[in-house]
Amino acid sequence: MPEAIERESRLRGVQRFLVDNPVVVLAGVLALLFVLTDLVNRHEVGEPFVTWNQLSTTFLVAAPLGMIAAGQTLVMLTGGVDLSVAFTATAAAFATAWQGGNGTTQGILAGLAVGLGIGLANGIGVGIFHVNPLIMTLGTSSVTFGLLSIYAGKSFEKVVPGLVATLGSDRFFDYLPANLIFWAAMAAVLILGLRYTGYGRMLYAVGDNEVAARLAGVRVWQVLVTVYALCGLFSAFGGLLLVGFTNNPDLGLATPYLLQSVAAVVIGGTSIFGGWGSYSGTIVGVLILTVLGSLLTLLNSEEWQRQVIYGGIIIVLTAIYARVSGAE
Amino acid sequence: MSATAAAPMEFRGAAPWRRALRLHGWTVAVWLVLLALVPYWRSLSEQDFKFDLSSLAIDALPLCFAAMAQAIIIISGGIDLSIGSLMAVVNVLSAREMVDMSFGKAIAFSVLLILLTMLASGFTGVVITLTRIPDIVVTLGMLFVWQGVALWIMEIPGGGVPIDYADLALGDLGTTGIPNATIAVFAALLLVWAPIRWLRPGLAIYAVGSNRNSAYLSGIGVARTRVGAYFLAGLFTGLAGLALSASSGIGDPNSGTTYTLNSVAAAVLGGVSLLGGVGGLIGVIAAAYVLTLSKIILLLRGTDPNYANVYQGALIILVVVIGGLLTRKTRS
Amino acid sequence: MNDEAVPLLEARAVAKHYGPVVALRSADLSVAPGEVHALLGANGAGKSTLVKCLTGVTRPDSGTISVAGRPARARSPMHAARLGLSPVFQDPALVPDLTVAQNLRLTRSSVDAVRSQLSAMDLQVSFHELVGDLPLPILRMLDLARALTHDPQLLILDEITAALPSDLAERVFDVMRQRRESGRSVLFITHRLAEVIATCDSATILRDGQDVGTMEPKEGGESRIVEIMLGPEAAKAEAEASELDEADVPVAAAAGEADAVLEVDDLKVGAVQSISFTLRRGEILGIAALEGQGQDELFEALAGQRKADGGELRVAGEAFRPRHPYDAIRRKVVLVPPDRLLALLPQRPVRENVAAPLYNSARRWGPINMREEGKRVRRAVDALQIDMRAAKQVRRLSGGNQQKVTIARWIASGFAALLCNDPTRGIDVGTKRQVYALLRELAEDGAAILFFSSELAEFPLVCDRVLTVYGGRVTAEVAGAAADEATLLQAMHGLQLDEAVA
Repeated sequence: MPEAIERESRLRGVQRFLVDNPVVVLAGVLALLFVLTDLVNRHEVGEPFVTWNQLSTTFLVAAPLGMIAAGQTLVMLTGGVDLSVAFTATAAAFATAWQGGNGTTQGILAGLAVGLGIGLANGIGVGIFHVNPLIMTLGTSSVTFGLLSIYAGKSFEKVVPGLVATLGSDRFFDYLPANLIFWAAMAAVLILGLRYTGYGRMLYAVGDNEVAARLAGVRVWQVLVTVYALCGLFSAFGGLLLVGFTNNPDLGLATPYLLQSVAAVVIGGTSIFGGWGSYSGTIVGVLILTVLGSLLTLLNSEEWQRQVIYGGIIIVLTAIYARVSGAE
Repeated sequence: MSATAAAPMEFRGAAPWRRALRLHGWTVAVWLVLLALVPYWRSLSEQDFKFDLSSLAIDALPLCFAAMAQAIIIISGGIDLSIGSLMAVVNVLSAREMVDMSFGKAIAFSVLLILLTMLASGFTGVVITLTRIPDIVVTLGMLFVWQGVALWIMEIPGGGVPIDYADLALGDLGTTGIPNATIAVFAALLLVWAPIRWLRPGLAIYAVGSNRNSAYLSGIGVARTRVGAYFLAGLFTGLAGLALSASSGIGDPNSGTTYTLNSVAAAVLGGVSLLGGVGGLIGVIAAAYVLTLSKIILLLRGTDPNYANVYQGALIILVVVIGGLLTRKTRS
Repeated sequence: MNDEAVPLLEARAVAKHYGPVVALRSADLSVAPGEVHALLGANGAGKSTLVKCLTGVTRPDSGTISVAGRPARARSPMHAARLGLSPVFQDPALVPDLTVAQNLRLTRSSVDAVRSQLSAMDLQVSFHELVGDLPLPILRMLDLARALTHDPQLLILDEITAALPSDLAERVFDVMRQRRESGRSVLFITHRLAEVIATCDSATILRDGQDVGTMEPKEGGESRIVEIMLGPEAAKAEAEASELDEADVPVAAAAGEADAVLEVDDLKVGAVQSISFTLRRGEILGIAALEGQGQDELFEALAGQRKADGGELRVAGEAFRPRHPYDAIRRKVVLVPPDRLLALLPQRPVRENVAAPLYNSARRWGPINMREEGKRVRRAVDALQIDMRAAKQVRRLSGGNQQKVTIARWIASGFAALLCNDPTRGIDVGTKRQVYALLRELAEDGAAILFFSSELAEFPLVCDRVLTVYGGRVTAEVAGAAADEATLLQAMHGLQLDEAVA
């Protein structure tokens, strides 16, 4: 009897540890996925998948998603969601290419300004006018898409500044993608910022319990407006990396990243209800999705299967996380 | 103690006209907006009225049904982001299967499809009530799942429907000149929604959306009612998908994308409160027509069709902001 | 009681707990046919829980319930009605966005029957009204009329008169008399003892989730009811009070001269009609009131959660008009809310919970001085002896430790006036003791504390003086040492106090 109890309590301890540190589990999943992809690759192509070159490519492909998912993480920590990230990224890419002819700085600033502007609009709607985040961001997404398709139709010279192209596609020392350096720097800022700044604390507080945050004297709207603005800014970074990679902005540039950004955050263990999660989890989520993407490509899977898988992941993981943490 | 010698007491809330205004004012206003748009529309168009009316009715048909589905779910206190992609599933499935069918078979298949859609939507409702994850998350996931299913059924636009089947949506009712599409909307309203609305199941949907605790204390099965709302909304979603097939004559896996947001917009513009429990479908129908007509007017004015997205996105945000401000004022 | 007849309703050893909180320990209740029976008890004694168990809103953990000798455990309120128990709940069971007629259809009630019940009470209500448009008293009457159409064996009225003006309350009493005359029973829950004496045949009194006595109110009178409500606890509380060191016994006189920290002048907000008082440095001022007498609004208005409708507030002599909790916190007026779930970040660690107010202004959103924060948090945690073993998520802490966290955050960030709205609700005795000691210590260090509690025994242990509030007004001021339960209960029920006590 006591042994059984002890085993059970140890089991609970393990469970609690894993709930507290989903990154550990996720890293394991990622490693497994790498091995699986490697096996499939050897079988299908006859070459190993786990090579320096492939690893480098994985990070190169993952970085733009890592940026867009960063904004999504911040917003979801407050209990919201931003469905405008994909078109915000695309719009930023267009803005950069449009102003790129006038100089690198101006191009980049134009892109970031567009991202910040859309994010601010979202934040004002959600934080000040209390519009449901889904509707607000779908609305701005629709507006952005409309404007984009108008201006994309007009002919103008599209110049992707050299710096952006370098950042988006070059690799140093053969294997070190430039965008990975940028991503790593941003990731450090985010992970430390969430943990060691007052603003980070307030993001968690607002997402965990808005009433309690208010009672602690937090003006919730300030937090919400800034977090959506930041999300717009990070989406713009993602758009810049993307256009630097493709060197050619088009309307569908970032479209798949909307769903993937939400999925990456959810996989990373950030609660869709807010107040719990981390960017480190999201990073692993992004890598899992990228490797999963490679695997699905290897298996000749189609777009529809990805859609179903991503959608299923969102529902199933949310249910699991809700159940596991709700069991406390 | 005291004998009851007090005079009879009478209690009235607001004056009857005020109450009527609060209950129906928004609906009437939306219909007036629709009517007010008509002269302007006529002044721009060079086609004859009958032709224009028919194309308006056909254009608006899928949105009308989608908005009715969305409105039912919002009234019950939820929201469904997967309506558009579920419509797309119905659209591509019907276009793929019906293309060589006889009229009779196509009708039978439509009925089957509608039943399947009801089950699919009801399943979403079951997931929501069982897992207790908010509607918005589950339906966001389902949005992608159905979109994937639609792509699976048909990767690129194709297929079609029998001509006489398409005529159900495109034709007119004999000599009256009333478009079939309009008749279909009001038939669904009168035959499906009206009987439910005023009976206990419909009242239960309003009750659950208005205040779950009071509804429970009144003996309503809250989970059952919420699932029922999704189930019923599935019927309208199925109709919307079929309307898409009949009016466009083709199946397109991406056809549903705009309908999710537009259905929410039409519901809110039609007087349905996002807080649940308030509104009706009559106003929602008018709102769907207003949204469609405003797009037509933009096109007639020679505006870049892409501006339609811009205006509609902006309009939706505006409507939700104003609607939110109004309901907060009246509730506090 | 009626020994010869089979009781209409017989509840034995009914128990219910919500998580670690015991709402009902073991309650017996027996209602005879044809009697009006009162169910009495202080706040949190378990009256509402017992009613919920009887009517199928919640399922009791254990115990038996029988109606007319047959076991009858209601599964839902509707089922209870079929068993012959028709409740009128504290919260109206009417859906606000539907009309009255639609609500009746929802519950399958006959419109004509309800109308005739209403007209028997001399009331006329248009059934086309939206329920949300009708005033609360009318909703209670509608609920009552609807319950009556079932012609229930037992009509259960949960605090129905609390929201009613006296003329409508009279009509409810008439209904109760008619029920008795026609051989039906009524279970009447109220805080108003005068009503019990005027209308009830017998009364069961609950204390701490247990029935502690059944009596005939007409024989005993109010003082006897109060006596049973208090029970031996009162004696114990008195003993506890005398146990405390002489030095610990609050000295009200000294506080009278200290600086005023918070002045409240003719405050009007919600149920608060007019409340004035001065909270001074180094004193603990108690607010004693029955449920819903305006105390919640008072705390909310002072903490900036809610705008006052009228009156003036001053902090340290300067005008104070908080429009957001931030404004109050900036002036060092801080709140411990009645429900700790309102104040906690359940998924966050203790440290972040305690430190949360430090970063409430955008000016402090930058990097955190972790060492400084750690020091502050540790000081607060030590002062409250918070058990840090499960500190990673506050929701894993026990209720008592969670409550300590809500207080600790203000110790970490500093305050002048601490507003404690029921800080010991639902926590264990040991923790309660710690909280009392801490509050006294804070007061001695110069803090001004406003203290509401639903447990009357706490007032003499904690407070320098106590204001009783009834109907949104202050009815009496009692010195802390003299604030025994009998005195407070009397004043809280709006009854006159003997001059000697006041």
